[in-house]
This record gives sequence, structure tokens and C-alpha cells, in this order.
Amino acid sequence: MNLTEKQEEIIQEFEVFDDWMEKYEYIIDLGKDLPKIDEEHKTEDRLIEGCQSRVWLDSHFDHGKMHFTADSDAIITKGIIGLLIRVLDGEEPNDIATADLFFISKIGLQEHLSPTRANGLLGMVKRLKLEAIKHISAS
Amino acid sequence: MSDLELKPFNVREIREEFPALRQQIYGKNLIYFDNGATSQKPKLVLDAINLFYSKENANIHRGVHYMSQKATTEYEAARQRIQRYLGARKSEEIIFTKGTTDSINLVAYSFGLSLSAGDEVLISAMEHHSNIVPWQMLCERQGCTLKVAPINLRGELIMEEFDKLLSKKTKLVAITHISNTLGTINPVKEIIEKAHALGSKVLVDGAQSIQHMHINVKEMNCDFYVFSSHKVFGPTGIGVLYGKEELLDRMPPYQGGGDMISRVTFERTTYNELPFKFEAGTPHIAGGICLGKAFEFLESIDMAAAERHERELAKYAEDMLDTFEGLQIIGEAKNKTSVVSFSVKGIHPFDIGTLLDKQGIAVRTGHHCTQPLMDFYGIPGTVRASFAFYNTKQEIDTFVEAVERSLSMLK
Repeated sequence: MNLTEKQEEIIQEFEVFDDWMEKYEYIIDLGKDLPKIDEEHKTEDRLIEGCQSRVWLDSHFDHGKMHFTADSDAIITKGIIGLLIRVLDGEEPNDIATADLFFISKIGLQEHLSPTRANGLLGMVKRLKLEAIKHISAS
Repeated sequence: MSDLELKPFNVREIREEFPALRQQIYGKNLIYFDNGATSQKPKLVLDAINLFYSKENANIHRGVHYMSQKATTEYEAARQRIQRYLGARKSEEIIFTKGTTDSINLVAYSFGLSLSAGDEVLISAMEHHSNIVPWQMLCERQGCTLKVAPINLRGELIMEEFDKLLSKKTKLVAITHISNTLGTINPVKEIIEKAHALGSKVLVDGAQSIQHMHINVKEMNCDFYVFSSHKVFGPTGIGVLYGKEELLDRMPPYQGGGDMISRVTFERTTYNELPFKFEAGTPHIAGGICLGKAFEFLESIDMAAAERHERELAKYAEDMLDTFEGLQIIGEAKNKTSVVSFSVKGIHPFDIGTLLDKQGIAVRTGHHCTQPLMDFYGIPGTVRASFAFYNTKQEIDTFVEAVERSLSMLK
């Protein structure tokens, strides 16, 4: 599945929810299921400071593909991280750097990626893309 | 004094005056509990904004034409209304600013110029960043020292510690009247008496008190009292600095520009009199006039009854929230206003705020611009419900149910 197909799959999954609380129940479950980053790995260089919630991001490059792990102190933020990682993990740097993450607004979560939300998610997407760009320029 | 008659306190009738309260958010009736951040506006203010820009818009103080004179008269009438409401001696003591932050920065700059190395500014540990950072900047500029009076775990100022820090070196005490995060009401009269006895001046940050209680600056005997219009049912972008005339007179201007001058030559400029000395440039004319309207509205409210109602709301909410496992009320001062801040063990306030929002409830989450206070409690932030006199017990019932539902989802 490519980046676009993965996003379309998420949009379809969200279509079954009737109201906001159901949608958030699902996001919270995703957040609870997402593997944690060990406390000792929650270092300053991995931290993306938001005004409210904080995000830690770890990435590595393997056989031409990018892989990410991320964590947050807020469970809703973490659930959304889970969705972002599902879309971007295992993709090539070039595809990540140019990715249009249209699914976020389609499922009604654009407020979480607005600069005023200050939950670290926008910073996380920027950093994901920067990491990808580094690997493009390195190759 | 008032154009409106003082009516018996009736929440239902008061709510009728606030159109913003009658709307649905995500299909739910809006419950607005973010009054500590900003208040909604009564029709009297909304109509005045519309009228001003529809028919009365003109620049003030300089025009010879009808509209300019009318706008000037209304702007100055608003100043006089605020002066009377606050019990200030003269309208010259009411300076229009952009808001609380601007008022504090004005004092920090202008009054601050008289401070030097060895002098001290005393604040408390529960201050908003706006009543911390301008003083830090002043201390950096003038070489003076910032002292911070500690609080106890209930969120009350420890007066014995305050007394120890207050000395003849203290030139200014800058203290919040009511903590925006904790709701604590500080004993400002006692603080002012003690400070004056040692020759210090006192600035009272009234951002969270003007809307909750009747303020009389003469009785309080503060040297400066500052607040923002938007938290007291007026428009955004305008606020007030009250200062004693003899102090304001001695203080140099803060910003230069039009309106604040008496005579300008390239060699030397002389400054205008109070209050204009501190009001450079075209002011927020509609804002000033409509803030006057907000006070006209307040004059029709029985503030003592409103205050009792608000405190009842807070007590009602706290008693119910207190029963939730792991929930801790942050700010349990004996004397507090209608602010209910809480944190829940293992749950981030951001998550609770997000879920409450989706249930139609507006609260504030985060550090509330009081990071040192959050450090003191060792928490990343709180969920804060802050009530105004237009809120109801029924709204609190819905809110408590929504908190319960949110916590059950997040645990």
C-alpha cells in the first residue's frame, strides 16, 4: 500500500463513527496501543516541545526506508501520532518529504495540526519531513 | 449614576443579554467556562460597537467637526464612568492601554526608570507571566533585584514569608488580586498597608478581580490597579491603568507619538498632561467607548449577589469533582473566587480539555501562563473551569457528567 492508499484506508475507517466522542474513543485506543518510548530514550534531542503536550520522536533509516517511533504525554496526541506513523513508516524519504497528509483534515483532526494547538504534532510532522530530507541529501 | 437600574440578581435574565451563550457547538448547547481567559459580551456592548462603526466613527481629540467632537465626548465620558466605578479621585488617573499586559509594561518601564541597583521589586509565586516578565526585564535594565514571595500548597501567599521579603529596599510590590490559575484572593489591603509603611508602592493586577467583585481603588489604596477590558465584558484590545495622580505625574512617558505631546520642535518636545501623556497615537476609540458600556452594564448588576452566586457555583463544582478518584483540586485557598482548577493522576489535562470541547464545554487547559506555579505543584498543567455570573448550576451538572465520561474514556 502506498502513502495515498494508507490515508484512504484511514479515512474509510473513520467513516463508521457517528459522533466526535466515538472518533476520540478510537483515537484514544490507538494511543494506548502505540508502543511507548522508554523513559531513558525520552531525551532532549528527541523532544518536540508543545505548549501543552509534548512529543518524542525517534527515527532510523534502513534499506532505503524511514522508520519512526514516537510517544507523547497526552494520549489523544499519541493516538494521532499512531495514525501519522501508520501512514509514513516504511516509506522512502522522498515520498515522506513531499507527502500531503490529506487524511488529517478528512477525518476532522486538522485542529490538532494547527500552529495554535501547540501540542507538538505540527512540530513532529516538520521534524519527520526534515529527517527524510536529510536522507535525501545524503544519498 | 447609572443609566440602568440596579435589578435583583437573576441569572436567567442576565443570560438573555449575552447572545454568545445561546449557541450550539458540535451539536451541543455551549457551556462557556473559560471566563478567566475572556468573558462574553452583553448586547449593550455589542450594539455600541456596531453603532460606533456604523455612524459615529471619527478620530478624537483633534477634530473640529461634529463626528470627531461626538466621539471625543463619548470616549472621555467612558473614562469618567470608569473613574467613578473604580472610585478614583480624577479621570486623569485612568489611562487607556491595550490591556493588563500593556499597563504593567508601562509601569515597569516608566515607574521603573526611578529604580536602580540595590532596589527590589517584590512579586508572588502565583503571578501570571505578564506580572513576572516585565519585572525581570526591568531588573535586567536597571540592575535591581526581583524577589518572589512563596505560597503554601493550598495556593495562599505565606504572609510571614512575604513580611520577611518586604523591606526598605522594596520599591514596588506587584501582586495579583486574584490568581488566574488558583482563584486565590490575595489580601491586597493588608499587603498595601504593609508596603506603604516601608515606603514601597503597590501595583495590583486586577485582570481576574474586576469582573468578580466591586473594586474601589481609593479604599484599597493601591498605587496602580490594572485590568483588561475583554475580561470584564468589554471589547478586546483595550484596558486600563489606574495610577495615583502624583505618581503618574512624576513618571516619564512610555511611548512617543501623536496626542501625547504639548509642543514638538526638533530641539525639544514638551509632553501633554495626564492622561494623554501616556496615550500616544490614535487610541482604540471604539474599545474605550464600549468598555464604558461594559461598566454601564456592570452598574446594573448587583455585584455582591453576583459574587455570592459565582462562589456557590465554584463550591458546587468542587464538591462534585472532589469525589472523582485521582482528581486533585489545585488551589484550595480559604478565600477564593470562582475558578476551579484540577489535575487528574495519570491523565494529561490536554486530553480532558479536548474531550470536554467535543461535548460542547469550553475550558482552559495547560499552564495558564503560570509556569513557575505549575513547577511548584509538579504538574504539566491543569484543567481550569472559570465561571462568570451568567453561568448556572445546571451547566455545572452537565460539565461534571462530561468530566466523568472523559475520565472513563481516558483511564
